[in-house]
Amino acid sequence: MGGVSAEGKGERFGEVVAATSARLTGQCHRLYDAPPLGALVRAGDSVFAVVDGVATAALDPGREVIARGAEAASEADVYAEHPQLERLLRTETTLTIVGYREGERVFRHLPPLPPRIHTFLYRCGEEETRLFMERADWVALLLEGGLPVADEVVAAALREAAGAFPRPRDFLVGAARAIATQLPADASRLAAIMRRLPLDAA
Amino acid sequence: MNSSAGFGLPERLGVVVGGSLMRGLDVRLDDVRAVEEAKVGAFVTAHGVATRFFGIVTDLRLDSTDPRLASALAAGGPALAEALSGTTAYAAATVTPMLTTRPGDDAPQPARSLPPHFSGVYRATNEDVAAIFGSEEDARHVWVGSPLDMEDTRVCLNLERYVERSNGVFGKSGTGKSFLTRILLAGILQRGSAVNLVFDMHSEYGWQATSESGYQAKGLKQLFPGRVSVFTLDPDSSRQRGVTTDHEARIGFDEIEPEDVITLAPTLNITELGAQACYALHRHLGRNWMLRFLDLDEAEMDELVNTLRENRATLDALRRRLGVLRRLPFMSEQPVPGGGTVKQALDYLTAGRHVVLEFGRHGNDLTAYLLVANLITRRIHTEYRRRSEEAEARGERQPHPLVITIEEAHRFLNSGVAAQTIFGTIAREDRKYRVTLLVVDQRPSGIDAEVLSQIGTRISCQLDNDRDIDAVLTGAPGARELRAVLARLESQQQSLMFGHALPMPVVVRTRAYDASFYEEMSLPGSGASAAPRAGREDLFGC
Repeated sequence: MGGVSAEGKGERFGEVVAATSARLTGQCHRLYDAPPLGALVRAGDSVFAVVDGVATAALDPGREVIARGAEAASEADVYAEHPQLERLLRTETTLTIVGYREGERVFRHLPPLPPRIHTFLYRCGEEETRLFMERADWVALLLEGGLPVADEVVAAALREAAGAFPRPRDFLVGAARAIATQLPADASRLAAIMRRLPLDAA
Repeated sequence: MNSSAGFGLPERLGVVVGGSLMRGLDVRLDDVRAVEEAKVGAFVTAHGVATRFFGIVTDLRLDSTDPRLASALAAGGPALAEALSGTTAYAAATVTPMLTTRPGDDAPQPARSLPPHFSGVYRATNEDVAAIFGSEEDARHVWVGSPLDMEDTRVCLNLERYVERSNGVFGKSGTGKSFLTRILLAGILQRGSAVNLVFDMHSEYGWQATSESGYQAKGLKQLFPGRVSVFTLDPDSSRQRGVTTDHEARIGFDEIEPEDVITLAPTLNITELGAQACYALHRHLGRNWMLRFLDLDEAEMDELVNTLRENRATLDALRRRLGVLRRLPFMSEQPVPGGGTVKQALDYLTAGRHVVLEFGRHGNDLTAYLLVANLITRRIHTEYRRRSEEAEARGERQPHPLVITIEEAHRFLNSGVAAQTIFGTIAREDRKYRVTLLVVDQRPSGIDAEVLSQIGTRISCQLDNDRDIDAVLTGAPGARELRAVLARLESQQQSLMFGHALPMPVVVRTRAYDASFYEEMSLPGSGASAAPRAGREDLFGC
């Protein structure tokens, strides 16, 4: 990742470029330097969000990206021969807000206000991931957020978080139970989410 | 699960999530595994806002919030089952509310309201059971057993109320009917609630009897030697078993009345016409009509046929069939001096002594049993009725209640004869004359429905015939829910008790009939000895 590490805040990777009450768009400081799908990130000091999409495209919508590798031996050569690409392309993440914190208190629902534009984005460390993820009430915000790939994102978020817990399987089953209470009449959807989790390996 | 039951700390089972007064409360169990421990028949409380509800678990089920649960599971592994268990898939119980208590109530009231949604449901504590069923410190109460899964808790029966009505103990053979009946009889005896007359068909209540598993259970005479008199119809058998009997019972032919023959008719194969002819014979031949009828020669028979205008064949058949009675060794052709067994028994009962009539080997002879029980009861009933009416006319105290215990009760109380026999009369109306029945039977479906509906307190051990189960529940409120409970009783030492003497139905593990029981019964008029209780091994040898 190679992001800027601010002490105790996790790895910084970008900043907020668009914000609504429920969703954020973050632009990465470096091309392709986005946290993975499902990663828990924090905007500034308080707002927690989950990465629900990563996209890389031309910075200027008027200038279409063209293929440049016809003569190149490798993909790396393309970037080496065209150093301006780093400036012409940008990587963006879309984020679903899942909660916020006030000091040590953690809330797993929407904050009163979204973060301001240019608020720095940090990828949460293990300790903070455990603090936020120990209860899975936040899944409601993702499941009901209207994302077309909500179930994929929930599964990715759980996979990402599981490593922060000493007993990943217990964490995953506990979270699955929280999902079950959110989806009382849809056990097949739960089953589909759980098939995306490393339950047998964990 | 029941670790806290004995210490007064209620153990929470779940919450009320729905229900109605008619079909009971839906209770979602907190722990899906609790469904293995919670039993149908268990005694529980629901804590409403101001009211506490007492009820019993009448059904358990596995429910789910997703109707397509089964197909979802097909695609998942054990982790999915873990996630769904207790969330989408959960265990639920139906609790039938029976009673309520509110602050300020003297006694529990029948439940006419419901606890609100999300009221906590708890396993009942000792205090709850004592609040409902009373405690042994009250001299009217006798400890009969423990509720399901509450081994240290005592369910008491209010004997004063118990003897107000006719009662029943039902259950197929080998389920512990006799032990239960012994406990009831001993309780009545010790607490002085009534005086007992026991027709001891299988010679097991008066003196020590050996149970099917070899356990020696003491009889009433051994527990209360000074207050019980044992009459025997079979002195040889009594002697062989080493029983101390007080009297040899003898019945004179002159004591038999036409009504006695009616009870016997099905057993002796006497036709309706034959039974009716007995009344004519009685009118014509007078007091010793039966013996005179049996002794008639051919010429006298012809004359009788002419006089009575009865059919000769009917009378011949009747004579042949009644002739069987002559083979009963306790029947006396001479009038028995001093009024006979009936008078002796009545004198004892009047004096407050309890009477057990042992049948010995005649217990296997239904004719003997029916004849004697019917004859004695009829006389005693007449006498009780007279005294009761006299006492009422003079404004005096009514005679002490009398409880008559009969086994194989369906023989006396089936719909064919119940309307005509004395037992039917007693069951239907005689609580006003202070005479009630304790019917012990393994085939309650054979008992007349009208009689059954008059049975005040019913105690039923396991029954496996659906018709018997329905019969026991005839006329009982909440019969549909109780049916599920009754159908699932264990085969021994467990019974469902409900009716007049109990504020609410309860499933009881019968207390042990053992040394500590004997010791308790030896105390005058009260119970509660702290002696350790023996296990079921002592009782049933299993």
